[in-house]
Amino acid sequence: MAESEPPRKKPRPIVRIFVFLISHSLLVSVICCTAGVLALLLLPVLAKNTYISENALVPGSASPMLSSHDVSGADSFVKEIISSNTKHTNAGIEIPRLIAHYILDLGAEVSYHKFHPELKKFHPLHFFSSPDPGIIHENYSCSLLGVNTVGIIRAPRGDGKEAIVLVTPYNSTKIDLGEALSLGIAYSIFSLLTRVTWLAKDIIWLAADSRYGEHTSVASWLRDYHTPFFGGMGKLNGETCHESSTLFESKTRPSMGTEISDVFRRAGTMAAALVINVADRNEEVDKDTLSIYAEASNGQMPNLDLINVVNYLAVHGQGLLVKVEKVWSLLDSKWVKTLGELFESLGKVARSLNPQWKFGISVAEYIEGTATLASSLYYQALGVPTGPHGAFRNYQVDAITLQISPKVSLNNKVRQNEFLQRGGRLVEGVIRSVNNLLEKFHQSFFLYLLTSPSKFVSVGVYMIAFALLVAPLPLVAASLYSDANKLDFTLEKDKHTSCTASVDEPGITFRSWKWLHAAKTVLIVHLWGVVVTLLPYFICQIPNCTPTTSIFLWVLLSVFSLLILHFTLGSPFSIVNVSQTRKEDWLLLKSVMISASFIGLCLMSVINFATAEIGALLIVPMCLMATPLKLEIKARTLRAFTRAACNMILLFNGFPLAAFVVIKGTFGGFGSISVGDFWNWVESLWAWNSATYLYICMIHLPCWSLCVHILLHSC
Amino acid sequence: MRPSMALLRSIILFFLICFASDSIGKEEQEEEFSEELLLRPLPDRKVLAYFHFESRVPPTDTYGRHHHLFPKAIYQLVHKFRVREMEMSFTQGRWNYERWGGYDPISSSNAKPPGVELWAVFDVPQHQIDASWKNLTHTLSGLFCASINFLESSTTYSSPDWGFQPSLGNSRYGTLPREAVCTENLTPWLKLLPCRDKAGLSALMDRPSIYRGFYHSQRLRLTSAEFDSVGMNSGIVLEQTLTVVLQPSTLGTGTMYSSGSSLQPSWSISSLFGRKVSGKCVLAKSSNVYVQLESGLVSELKNLWKENERSEADILAFEGSWANSGFELSVVPDKVIKEASSLGKGGPSFLYEFLIKNYNDSKPFDLGFTWKFPIYWSCLQAPLHASRFLMGSGNERGAIAISLKPSQQSGDFYSVDINEDNCRLRVDVFQVVPWYVKVYYHTLRVFVNEQLQSLADVVERMHVSPSEDKVSPGLMEMVLKLPCGVKSAALTIEFDKGFLHIDEYPPDANQGFDIPSAVVSFPDFQSSMHFLGDNFLNNSPMLSKLQERSPVLSYTEVLLVPLTTPDFSMPYNVITITCTVFALYFGSLLNALRRRVGEEERRLKSKAAKKTGRLHLLLSKLSAKLRGRPWEPPQSPPSSSSSSLVSSKLILKVILVAGIAAGWQYYFG
Repeated sequence: MAESEPPRKKPRPIVRIFVFLISHSLLVSVICCTAGVLALLLLPVLAKNTYISENALVPGSASPMLSSHDVSGADSFVKEIISSNTKHTNAGIEIPRLIAHYILDLGAEVSYHKFHPELKKFHPLHFFSSPDPGIIHENYSCSLLGVNTVGIIRAPRGDGKEAIVLVTPYNSTKIDLGEALSLGIAYSIFSLLTRVTWLAKDIIWLAADSRYGEHTSVASWLRDYHTPFFGGMGKLNGETCHESSTLFESKTRPSMGTEISDVFRRAGTMAAALVINVADRNEEVDKDTLSIYAEASNGQMPNLDLINVVNYLAVHGQGLLVKVEKVWSLLDSKWVKTLGELFESLGKVARSLNPQWKFGISVAEYIEGTATLASSLYYQALGVPTGPHGAFRNYQVDAITLQISPKVSLNNKVRQNEFLQRGGRLVEGVIRSVNNLLEKFHQSFFLYLLTSPSKFVSVGVYMIAFALLVAPLPLVAASLYSDANKLDFTLEKDKHTSCTASVDEPGITFRSWKWLHAAKTVLIVHLWGVVVTLLPYFICQIPNCTPTTSIFLWVLLSVFSLLILHFTLGSPFSIVNVSQTRKEDWLLLKSVMISASFIGLCLMSVINFATAEIGALLIVPMCLMATPLKLEIKARTLRAFTRAACNMILLFNGFPLAAFVVIKGTFGGFGSISVGDFWNWVESLWAWNSATYLYICMIHLPCWSLCVHILLHSC
Repeated sequence: MRPSMALLRSIILFFLICFASDSIGKEEQEEEFSEELLLRPLPDRKVLAYFHFESRVPPTDTYGRHHHLFPKAIYQLVHKFRVREMEMSFTQGRWNYERWGGYDPISSSNAKPPGVELWAVFDVPQHQIDASWKNLTHTLSGLFCASINFLESSTTYSSPDWGFQPSLGNSRYGTLPREAVCTENLTPWLKLLPCRDKAGLSALMDRPSIYRGFYHSQRLRLTSAEFDSVGMNSGIVLEQTLTVVLQPSTLGTGTMYSSGSSLQPSWSISSLFGRKVSGKCVLAKSSNVYVQLESGLVSELKNLWKENERSEADILAFEGSWANSGFELSVVPDKVIKEASSLGKGGPSFLYEFLIKNYNDSKPFDLGFTWKFPIYWSCLQAPLHASRFLMGSGNERGAIAISLKPSQQSGDFYSVDINEDNCRLRVDVFQVVPWYVKVYYHTLRVFVNEQLQSLADVVERMHVSPSEDKVSPGLMEMVLKLPCGVKSAALTIEFDKGFLHIDEYPPDANQGFDIPSAVVSFPDFQSSMHFLGDNFLNNSPMLSKLQERSPVLSYTEVLLVPLTTPDFSMPYNVITITCTVFALYFGSLLNALRRRVGEEERRLKSKAAKKTGRLHLLLSKLSAKLRGRPWEPPQSPPSSSSSSLVSSKLILKVILVAGIAAGWQYYFG
């Protein structure tokens, strides 16, 4: 024991530093938390300009070759698609056939890929793994059949080891002009690339049938690309789906001696994928705009170089206005503006001191950066891909979605050709750059947050904020533990002053193991978290459930299971402890809870950093502040009351449902929110196998309930 | 007994004459060189040009060591390494089996995997083979300006048993899928020809037009019987072929026909190569140009002929004629050779022969081929189309799959016995996998018609030599027996991705690693053409080569496996952190060894007795705070004051160093 040691032995300096920090844990945690939040707010200021890291990319070094000939071909292609859409009743089959014939006329290989849309289900056991391809073929009805059209250009002198994928999702039953134009852009590039001699990688054009969702079609094609898929759904729908399959019976075109078949065609390993999307104009801008979507599942991002190339070519090559997603409501929020002003003036001061200090950005820039950063953080934290490109990331393929929208309406025929040419040249440039690559994308960052299309914050910088937020947790846990021990020690001393000193020894051993009880409580609550995680799987089985009833059912069942757990596992010890409820109990409990949440946050930061960051923002103050209400009431000081009020607010905001409603409300107005939305949101999370769902149910929720427990602690 | 004597004498005389003529014939055996070019229009508007050069030298024991035509380098190489058979190919681009055919002898023997492929059979004892192979690779690498010497390492070559080419012992096989092929490889190859590219057919090899093609494969094949102790001793045969697929410039495609389809582009030798043939290489024994019409094309032409309502006699006449309604040759062929139609190959194909010896500088040979009607046909294809791909995702494991699909015409091949249950199609698969792709051979699964089959049902014979880390690649040879009417078949085999040592990574490691092509052959099917009439075969080595029976062979794609690669700047980081750890370790060790605690405390005590300033007071207060004890005046326990002094100094030092570091970072970082 430390006390029994001779006092001359001094601890080592590093230990002393820790002891110092622990003894001042309150100050340290306040400083660290404020610094963490500040560092987060400073991120737009600290963002660096992007640069193209891979030398082999050389974007824009070659002048675009896409000619008006290709564009006019694409134009007639678009016209035919639109007319076929209005003309034919079974457009679901007509458009793939049309695309296939056009591809065949270009001299490229073509095949159909039929797929059954996979219904999004909650698979509790395959959370991080995609379902086994062997067992997915269950009995589907014939009506649920999508048809992707895949065209492949083999690089004339290439070795066929790598491929670049172009994806154009379109709704085959009811195609709109934007989708037709995106097909047109892809067609114009495809017709160019069949003629060029510089190709080193094969080109795959996937015209994805997005009848059942854009992501589904792309994901099922990717899955079949990587499994021994035999094509044609042979025995699966041989008899039952006769009518639909006969429509695709091999139609031999005499022209090339090849036929459009169900044979699944493959090219090599995918180097990159571009999803092209044309959206109609939605706001007043004076330029054609390009929106880049990059977030894939669980906050994975494509290599920054890919975004850089697109951004470079769009801005410098085609003069497009490049955007990334933003939180619009932040743009005109007051506090961001004042913060921006503050940082700007700080920067000015710094520059006046030393002109080399390039610190500080203008207010407008700061606001833009914050809004973009917030959305970047949010979408990464959500863990749900922002487009069909998300499917590629599961196969380690860098992919982004390019959404191009014209400055005037798409229906303007005169502008249409120019628009096609511009979009085509952009994609051509990107393909040419990627084609130049000898190695796969690896030079630039994979972990970053965007603050504008040309600015980014890398891991090294945004980690600081998280580290600062999380740093006080172990310190506070240690200090609470030592406080509890000390308190206990003094109590026991008071109690045992009369008794003989010999009793001290077992008392100490008992005391030092007392945290086990608290640990058990925490463990039970976390177990409850696991139960809560699995509950939706059963709720989903109930037919005809509206989201609102589902959520109420979920809450009800969760509370019920908590009670059961409490009475089955928690009771024996609580009975023992009821007799001697002591003040230090809550201290120990808090200490263990804080350690648990620290471990949880650190684990989560490895899986999805943005989730951990946002989670830390919510959890850390809540955990650190939690004190029993009774104590505050007893104290009857202003400080105690404010602390209690703070606690209440934090706890309210910490409840996932409440947090969701509050966040939704602040960013989108409170009018349109219902509790059912939360269910839908959670459903989307598990449907996409997002680790955020696990985090919320297994770390955040137990932590919150433990905080509630502490708040209501009777001491 | 005079009549009998006379008879005997006449018999002896006859034998003598026979022997004399035989020996004369042997003495007359000369070095020979022949050059031939075969042009074939392909269904997808391209043209196949196949150059075939053959040099022969009689065996050394009858002919001697001095040559007029045969390249000395090759002769020496054969003798030094005792090469019995060798084939080397440099290929750029991929052979499109679906559009350019996979059944005929040209595609079967000239469609090669991208990069370099080399195999050789040696006539040396077993233990010397590896040494011979290594020396051979180095020699070839010097000879052809290529990095064939990388095949020296035992991790890159393997010794096929029976799967690659039947009945080869003592053989070695290696490929370099990443080797770039260019003129630097072609020039030494041309140097082996007696006329180089100065005269004869090789003068057509205009580099830009050759390398502009869609497929380019230069091949060198050696067969020597020098070391055969028994049997025919035919000397050394050097066969050099160049296979190019060219796209004729599409000038005449403007005319559209009623069917909405456009005419195939017409071409001529000068439009394809940018040059004309101005006479033969004078050293060549024969110098011919052939134009081949595939059987598919011939039958289409016949149909066209029939549509024009010609009589049966006309059709017969068509077979021998060269001018017909479908196309037109600008030069009258010297001979029309017809292939004997064989079962399962559709109709016969035609060869139009042109003798180059009739042309010279003033009258260069420029063959033009003009289409008159749009005609579509398809090539003969191998019974099954093989393709290979990778399965799975992630950096840990994956699987290789070889899928076999019947080609469109495959029904023709076994139309006779398709109904029999025991009709089986034999497929040989030969695959070499580098060691860092750790294949688990027990995970081999075979699917036939999308059903998983037990291996015993399908695999007739299998030979596996597992890879050994950093020593040898894995090799799999197997014979599959598939049912004849198979709709689809697939082999899958799983692997783990290995880790390489940092200096084993190639310069562009992040591209991924190649798995060389697998070879899929169909021994039941022989790719050979049989020409009617044998009299002309003696003077055309190419045609006799085309008549040789060899199994139909096709190569699968090269695969690219992305392996985990370290961050190559990491060694620097590792060195830095290691140095830091070492410094800390030795520092503390020295500190512990050197320090005498009693002595130090005594000195500190004396020092403390001397100096008690305000700063000291403050520091001791701070240190007391640090230790979480109530502050006590410094003089009360001398030990505490000394410790506080140490700690305050330490803190000062730390702050100073941190400040310097921060300043340094700020101004110079």
